[in-house]
Amino acid sequence: MTDITSSSAAILAGLISSKKASSVEITTAFLDRLEKLNPKTNSYLYFNRENSLAQAKRADQQLAEGKTVSPLHGVPIAVKDNLTTTDAPTTAGSKILEGWVPQYDATVVRKLREASMPILGKTNLDEFAMGSSTEFSAYGPSKNPWDLSRIPGGSGGGSSSAIAGHLAPLAIGSDTGGSIRFPAAMTGSVGAKPTYGAVSRYGLIALASSLDQIGPVTNNVMDAAMLQDVIGGHDPHDSTSLPNGLGSMVQSVKEADVKGLKVGVVKQLSSDGFQPGVKACFDDTIEKLAAAGAEIVEVDCPSFEYAVAAYYLILPAEASSNLAKFDSVRFGLRVTPDGNPTIENVMAATREQGFGPEVKRRIILGTYALSSGYYDAYYGSAQKVRTLIQQDLAKAFTQADVLLTPTAPTTAFKIGEKVNDPLAMYLNDIATIPANLAGIPGISVPNGLASEDGLPSGVQILAPAMQDGQMYRVASIVEKLYMDQWGASLIARVPDLEAL
Amino acid sequence: MSEITPDLVRHLASLSRILVTDQEVEQLAGELGIIVDSVATVTKAVSGDVAATSHPIPMANVYREDVILPSLTQLQALSSAPDSADGRFKVNAILDED
Amino acid sequence: MAKEQLMSYEDAIERFEVVIGLEVHVELNTVSKMFCGCANNFGSEPNTNVCPTCLGLPGSLPAVNRKAVESSIAIGLALDCQIASNGRFARKNYFYPDLAKNFQTSQFDEPIAFEGEISIELETGEVFMVPIERAHMEEDAGKLTHVGGATGRIQGAEYSLVDYNRAGVPLVEIVTKPIYGALDKAPELAATYVRAIRDIVKSMNVSDAKMERGNVRCDANVSLREKGAEKLGTRTETKNVNSLKSIENTVRYEIQRQAFILAAGGKIVQETRHWHEDRGHTSAGRPKSDADDYRYFPEPDLVPVQPSEEWIEEIRLTLTEKPSVRRKRLQNDWGFADLEFRDVLNSDLLDEIEATVAAGASPQSARKWWTGELARLANVQEVAVQDLPITPEQVASIQKLIDSGELTDRIARDVVAGVLAGEGEPAEVIESRGLKIVTDEGALIAAIDKALASQPDVMEKIRDGKLQAAGAVIGAVMQEMRGQADAARVRELILERAK
Ligand SMILES: [Zn+2]
Repeated sequence: MTDITSSSAAILAGLISSKKASSVEITTAFLDRLEKLNPKTNSYLYFNRENSLAQAKRADQQLAEGKTVSPLHGVPIAVKDNLTTTDAPTTAGSKILEGWVPQYDATVVRKLREASMPILGKTNLDEFAMGSSTEFSAYGPSKNPWDLSRIPGGSGGGSSSAIAGHLAPLAIGSDTGGSIRFPAAMTGSVGAKPTYGAVSRYGLIALASSLDQIGPVTNNVMDAAMLQDVIGGHDPHDSTSLPNGLGSMVQSVKEADVKGLKVGVVKQLSSDGFQPGVKACFDDTIEKLAAAGAEIVEVDCPSFEYAVAAYYLILPAEASSNLAKFDSVRFGLRVTPDGNPTIENVMAATREQGFGPEVKRRIILGTYALSSGYYDAYYGSAQKVRTLIQQDLAKAFTQADVLLTPTAPTTAFKIGEKVNDPLAMYLNDIATIPANLAGIPGISVPNGLASEDGLPSGVQILAPAMQDGQMYRVASIVEKLYMDQWGASLIARVPDLEAL
Repeated sequence: MSEITPDLVRHLASLSRILVTDQEVEQLAGELGIIVDSVATVTKAVSGDVAATSHPIPMANVYREDVILPSLTQLQALSSAPDSADGRFKVNAILDED
Repeated sequence: MAKEQLMSYEDAIERFEVVIGLEVHVELNTVSKMFCGCANNFGSEPNTNVCPTCLGLPGSLPAVNRKAVESSIAIGLALDCQIASNGRFARKNYFYPDLAKNFQTSQFDEPIAFEGEISIELETGEVFMVPIERAHMEEDAGKLTHVGGATGRIQGAEYSLVDYNRAGVPLVEIVTKPIYGALDKAPELAATYVRAIRDIVKSMNVSDAKMERGNVRCDANVSLREKGAEKLGTRTETKNVNSLKSIENTVRYEIQRQAFILAAGGKIVQETRHWHEDRGHTSAGRPKSDADDYRYFPEPDLVPVQPSEEWIEEIRLTLTEKPSVRRKRLQNDWGFADLEFRDVLNSDLLDEIEATVAAGASPQSARKWWTGELARLANVQEVAVQDLPITPEQVASIQKLIDSGELTDRIARDVVAGVLAGEGEPAEVIESRGLKIVTDEGALIAAIDKALASQPDVMEKIRDGKLQAAGAVIGAVMQEMRGQADAARVRELILERAK
């Protein structure tokens, strides 16, 4: 069973259901590997062998009793540390929450438990998911298994490095402006942001409520589809969760067929500002699709020019309010200054010491965007840009079934390269942000290694709202075109971590 | 150049309940100035007659029925509190408002 | 704090025009809270009606209580408001330890109800139309207890304790437009308005409406301007004035205080003030400042409330008779004099008397019981008369026995005492206490003869026309009968005997 940890979740699920391997064996294999290699990648902030194995044992017991509760029964999974878990500390990558063990499970976590999927541990992220490199984690950056001196993307770099490093067969991420898709592109893994509301946000420590969405980070498209089927669906705890299910993503993957497919290339996201090797990979994807019979059309989304600006007003505004609850009263850190401080002093000192610089920057920026006299110009205008982006997308989707863009402007950059330049860091999400502003689904699929640095590149597939099935269908087509060329997934080419 | 002055940063930090040193104020004023100048482009993108979108997927009228669901126990509620007494969360005295 | 200087009320009214504005918070009596399934229950052990949502734990989300929306719409309709076709929740951001999320989920520019009015009748019969600006939904905060320091007040406290049981309890905040032209009646109008709101929400059964429990709370805005001036004066807002009497006193005090300052050429500071019932004055709180930038924005965790026409009409059909209309009808039906009726209203006994009448008592007798003996007993026991353990049906049944001559008023009072003491239904009390009236005339005559024998001159006096002399004999007879005789009958028998 040496290749357990490099197998896809779908294969592992097959091994378990056919009793060729137990959940305990598989979970043990991943625990062995992550205990050994996590010091290299810093993917996990927390794991607990006994707890994970107890869950695996329960899954095996159910199987012994003839009960299979989900298609991923017994397959272990890593969970981003901004989802609440009653049996593991939840920090959101922040000092202010160090040691907090939540009193409730996130809905997604509950669904994983109900699907009998053992949780391997909690993965690293930029503090409160604010960042695109994990360098803003209070617990140190995660490292990219392709090159440990590079970032694995963010905010979900813990989950993406866990997948690329084979420290987990599946992972949960959250995506506010690209935090699932960007790390997936950086690590050669697959990452999907479902339609806003497709997966319950209850128990996700909110960054920007109107943008946040939970989704899968996996080895391949089928695994992602299987995982979305497990975690999706309406939740009465989340008033913004979609009232009706979106159907089976797995079914959509199985129906993948390029015939009659119209693929849109967004004019604003296909030329300037992309690393040449990334652009070359993208052009190659488009050529492959055309060769396979897809019709390629160029679509115009002029409002995308303002997407990043609108995003960096809406996100800080909502975050400034969402993060107000970290006040040292009911949970988390409390810093009591010297002298005879009032609770106001205690709150201010706690927040000054508990939050990192990027979080403070965004809270203050958001407070500014909402403050009286500025609201209309900033927050108000940003919300209008959102409308324009939706209008542009609505028009584009009359011309094409899906839109394709490079997921990220560059391949993985060096740790430390952009950490002191907020604006440069913000531009990493230029291609992923529009999907969050408009609520539509998007997925990143690996489409090669950039010629100049040999690092993974990703292509992003965007579909209309609620058409997550369409997104998975086309993702699967793209993936297959590359599998036909490579004979294996890109992620199989990741260097041997043990040797690094 | 932007309107982010050190005094404004101090005011915003106080609204956000974050203690800031003079040095941080200077630094934040600089950083935020650059960011604000950049994001202020949104004001150029829109005219008055565009509707605001605050929710990406339009929905309305989502309600729960008026029934009691299980609450936490007092012990659970207080389990992560930095300090508590008499079944309540304990905090330093509140700034005298009266 | 030193008491501020005041102008006499009469002078103040003579010189200035008073403008008031009232914000009334009504706690709804839903079973569960506004945004979570915790019990909306007064008096539970601290922090036992809490969950991740109302405790503001990271990751938690709100979900709107349908009944709370329904009650809010009903209140809006009762105040002749328009109901918003698209109402949204908004976050009001400020830090305070009783506010679990450090923002209050409220409504800002899209309240559920707006543009209404209510007619308020003062004691003189003068009627004011009070314009309603809006009624919006929001959540209550937790409860702070200040420990240490001399008085349990916030000043000088060593630390504070927070109980979040009340956090997330649904509130409807009803805001008036500025009310002009009340002149010297402004304080009375303020209190009468709040009473009207309280009566409405109580009669609709959307709130327990107990002011002493904070179910209905009032913030009173007062400003003055020189008569004839166009521009509104600077206003003060006195927070959480929680009894009708306090509201009247607060407005009156603010008029006098502001008048003194203005007359002396001073400026009114726009500020939040606090009313101290014990000391009879308001005191300055926080001045309004930039710090009051609440940074409202649409609550992204909730979707809009868009009530359909059908839903609104359905709710409209459930509306009960307006209290003002009901009051008019009842006074008319019962034939009470204005003064009598005011007594009933002031002691808040309309429901009790109505139920007693419905159970068969005459309106006058019902009124006498509730505003008389029962009010007296409640006062002695220091409880609200409504909270006495006696039902209108029991009162009516006792009255029936008086009407049929089986009980005297005095014995009836003993029966009431027995019911209040928990001795059971009136019939059981009569039985166990042996309170049946003595109607055996032989026994009465024997007692009269015995009394006359010891006071031989009485007969003589009666025969001389000094009928009041009978009183001494009646007293003796009643004593002999241990009170269980009809004094009027005894008197008749004595007079017969003297013929
Ligand atoms: Zn609750």
